[in-house]
Amino acid sequence: MTTKLMGQGVQRVEDQRFLRGQGRYVDDVAVDAATLHAAVLRSPHAHARIVDIDVEAVLDIEGVHAVWTYDDLSGRMAEPLPLLIPHPTLTHGRTQYALAKDEVNYAGEAVAFVVAEDRYVAEDALEAIRVTYDVLPPVVGIEAARAADRLVHDDADGTVPGNVGARMEQSTGDPQPAIAAAPHRLELDLTIERSACTPMEGRGTVARWDPDTNRMQVWTSTQSSTGVRAVVAVKLGLDLGQVDVITPDVGGGFGVKINHPWPEELLVPLAARTLGRTVKFTEDRREHFVSSAHERGQVHHVEVGFDDDGRLLGLDVAFWHDHGAYTPYGLIVPIITSTQLLGPYKPAVYRVVFESVYTNTVMVTPYRGAGRPQGCFVMERTMDAIAAYLGKDRTEVRAANFIQPDEFPYDQGLIFQDGRELEYDSGDYPASLEKLKELVGWDEFPAFQAEMAAQGRRVGIGLACYVEGTGVGPYEGAHVHIETTGKVKVATGLTTQGQGHATVFAQLVADELGVKFEDVEVVTGDTRRMPYAVGTFASRAAVMSGSAIHLAAKRAKEKVLRIAAEALEAAEEDLEIVDGVVSVKGSPGSSLDLGTVSVLSNPLRYAFDEASKAATQFSVGDPGKPPVPEDDEPGLEGRDFYSPERATFASGMHAVIVETDPRTAEITILKYAVVHDCGNLINPMIVEGQIHGGVAQGVGGALYERMAYDESGQLQNASFMDFLMPYVTEIPDGIDIDHLETPSPLNPLGIKGAGEAGVIPSAAVFAAAIEDAEGITISAMPISPSELFHLRQEHSA
Amino acid sequence: MSEERHEIRLSVNGASYELSIPARRLLSDALRHDLGLTGTHVGCEHGVCGACTVLLDGQPVRACLLFAVSVQGQEITTVEGLTKPDGSLGNVQQAFAECHGLQCGFCTPGFLTTITAGLRDNPTPTHEECREMVAGNLCRCTGYQNIVKAVERAAELGSEGDA
Repeated sequence: MTTKLMGQGVQRVEDQRFLRGQGRYVDDVAVDAATLHAAVLRSPHAHARIVDIDVEAVLDIEGVHAVWTYDDLSGRMAEPLPLLIPHPTLTHGRTQYALAKDEVNYAGEAVAFVVAEDRYVAEDALEAIRVTYDVLPPVVGIEAARAADRLVHDDADGTVPGNVGARMEQSTGDPQPAIAAAPHRLELDLTIERSACTPMEGRGTVARWDPDTNRMQVWTSTQSSTGVRAVVAVKLGLDLGQVDVITPDVGGGFGVKINHPWPEELLVPLAARTLGRTVKFTEDRREHFVSSAHERGQVHHVEVGFDDDGRLLGLDVAFWHDHGAYTPYGLIVPIITSTQLLGPYKPAVYRVVFESVYTNTVMVTPYRGAGRPQGCFVMERTMDAIAAYLGKDRTEVRAANFIQPDEFPYDQGLIFQDGRELEYDSGDYPASLEKLKELVGWDEFPAFQAEMAAQGRRVGIGLACYVEGTGVGPYEGAHVHIETTGKVKVATGLTTQGQGHATVFAQLVADELGVKFEDVEVVTGDTRRMPYAVGTFASRAAVMSGSAIHLAAKRAKEKVLRIAAEALEAAEEDLEIVDGVVSVKGSPGSSLDLGTVSVLSNPLRYAFDEASKAATQFSVGDPGKPPVPEDDEPGLEGRDFYSPERATFASGMHAVIVETDPRTAEITILKYAVVHDCGNLINPMIVEGQIHGGVAQGVGGALYERMAYDESGQLQNASFMDFLMPYVTEIPDGIDIDHLETPSPLNPLGIKGAGEAGVIPSAAVFAAAIEDAEGITISAMPISPSELFHLRQEHSA
Repeated sequence: MSEERHEIRLSVNGASYELSIPARRLLSDALRHDLGLTGTHVGCEHGVCGACTVLLDGQPVRACLLFAVSVQGQEITTVEGLTKPDGSLGNVQQAFAECHGLQCGFCTPGFLTTITAGLRDNPTPTHEECREMVAGNLCRCTGYQNIVKAVERAAELGSEGDA
């Protein structure tokens, strides 16, 4: 009997090509002298009117093929880029144009697009473009946006009063009477700064127009190939059927590549069709900092009332979300903050109101965690503040507020980011907390802290809990095809950025179909193979495509058994499939391999090899019936879709022990512990890898990374020299992980998403640990040694 | 005016290539776009991330900080040159596969070349030396945990090979 692969740490199939240098990322496509290369002229100003653009000198440069400015765009290309996720409360949504029209609203906004023989020449050409700007004062930071002394958008396309794009409120009642009547009350102001995904590979797009077939082929480093396909068709006036989008290997996404279309995703296909040549755009690192997307920047005000046990009687939260210059991705990030802030807790009454404000900075779209790190920071800082106020252990206050295991499904009474009820499907938070305390040594810590203090050393411990809605809809689909060789070809439409989908999905198919793992090949993100798909975000790939693939494999298996039962003259229930061979249980001599079943499934007229000879319609099937029965179709395939009622809620808790240097305020991580519950695990090795990566990104976000804008809207640290992305030296040497597996009742495999989890509690957990070490309230993250040093000075003053 | 080109010969993974390129052509671009050796990746183009690391006469260098015309006569090893003569994975590559030392794979070539040189100079590194060995390369996916394990595993595979 074949071992079940679900739950096994199977080595990744994609690694073979990556390790040999044979991965195919978008810049590796169309590597030949005939490919033309694009470069983008970007605004040097954060806010300016464009008075004039003179491209006269550009076309004289040898090797330059074409240059576009806004005036060269027509039809739908001349309209603003789509607002992907509209929302009734986003009353003043704005998106940019593919190339700036009249005004630029952030330093880095695309102004002109040049196509040349190579990137060097294209960049030379950018230097020859003369743009006259009328510079306007910029709005930088949430405070300036709220003050609204000047406006980001006040032009021909309309005015956004007060710089407020959206105001949204949700509540389970009015918390103010509950807070007023509560035995204890606290108010907190909490801030998180901007950061960004910064995948190792930036954005990139290649397009080839085939005049012989009238088709556009686009390769792009995206998290949604079907989304790019649809918008390329709309914007270029093509039928959907004329556009193929292929997502090749992607060098990391972490959210930023879910936004689409980027201007270049439209301009490259436009140039390819106009010039009749393959055109490539590859973003460089500086461009990624100033022209992709950021996240995280929010300020929050909390009012909370609680009882003697720390139970939340009323929680009233207001926050301001800096969405940058435009809102292409709607309100997803602040909506997630406002709902997922609740974590594993059940305040008696909760109200949240947020304003999403414009600034003259790079736009904001989801970054791994997508608003949850901020929400977790707010709630966990509140829990810590309550514990400190009551003089109670921080874990006790949390435990007093947990939703209990027998309370699921638990409806929080709010609407989640997908427009569905915020209803948790399953979880066991008390068990997670017990595991975490054990793993980090919570109860032993005070003794350790005292021992260290005796040596003049400062150590602190913190914990943070989160719940993550994963696997949101609307759907994903899968196609499973058993070829006559017995090999199984699987396609699903969402894309892959390093999560090992080709491995975990093959595990699922091998288990369901009873075939060898190595006989399964999985393709993701190719619209030619699966044109119906949504994308990779919200930790949804395993839940959505995993479930769809499981269902599609089931359908293929049903057909295998039906055909094999007829051929073997046996009942379907007496058959089993092991290692790609269908046999009658107990009589292994009576068997067919899957390849033969595939041959039988497709009656042929023409024979071209031994297998097809066996399938000619004159030699198989019941002569009294049509070769393909009325309710059937040729081929051994299964196709199905998974569309859940609502998201499934994963959860977890992190704890960290830090040491702070009494002189330099350097922050060192001594221990990092994670308890993680993403339901049933498909591949524990891959899940742990996701957690490791999330934790590292969280360490970066908590202690090192920020977007350093100056008052004129210039990003001062737009390089890896200045933006402090962690090396191994900044990351803990070892991360202790324990799993809890609380299956989801919402999908056939009982799984929940795992991709974003590792990064969610970081700001909260580090703030708590540093506060514990220092005895100073930490209310803003990230925190650097120099900031901690200044806090100490303020505190002792 | 047409850009002046230089006729040069590059020696990469034991093979010799003739190229006609402008003086400003980066080694990373020459490898990737002129020779089609796209295994070497470009992550920052300012020498910080290490994705483009290749071996120049055995020493790890950032291919994005070198002009191709400046490395004539020197032997370049890229990730494509790290497999064993029979085509199977080299020790460092094998260790990465076993330890799940990569996710998106974009930074991986730079780690593989760096570690190959590191283990050649220090075949039996301590745990701390393994961390040190990869401390000049950025990875955004793995949190480095399994990369460090892979260095240790590669050292193990190396010593098994010697035995």
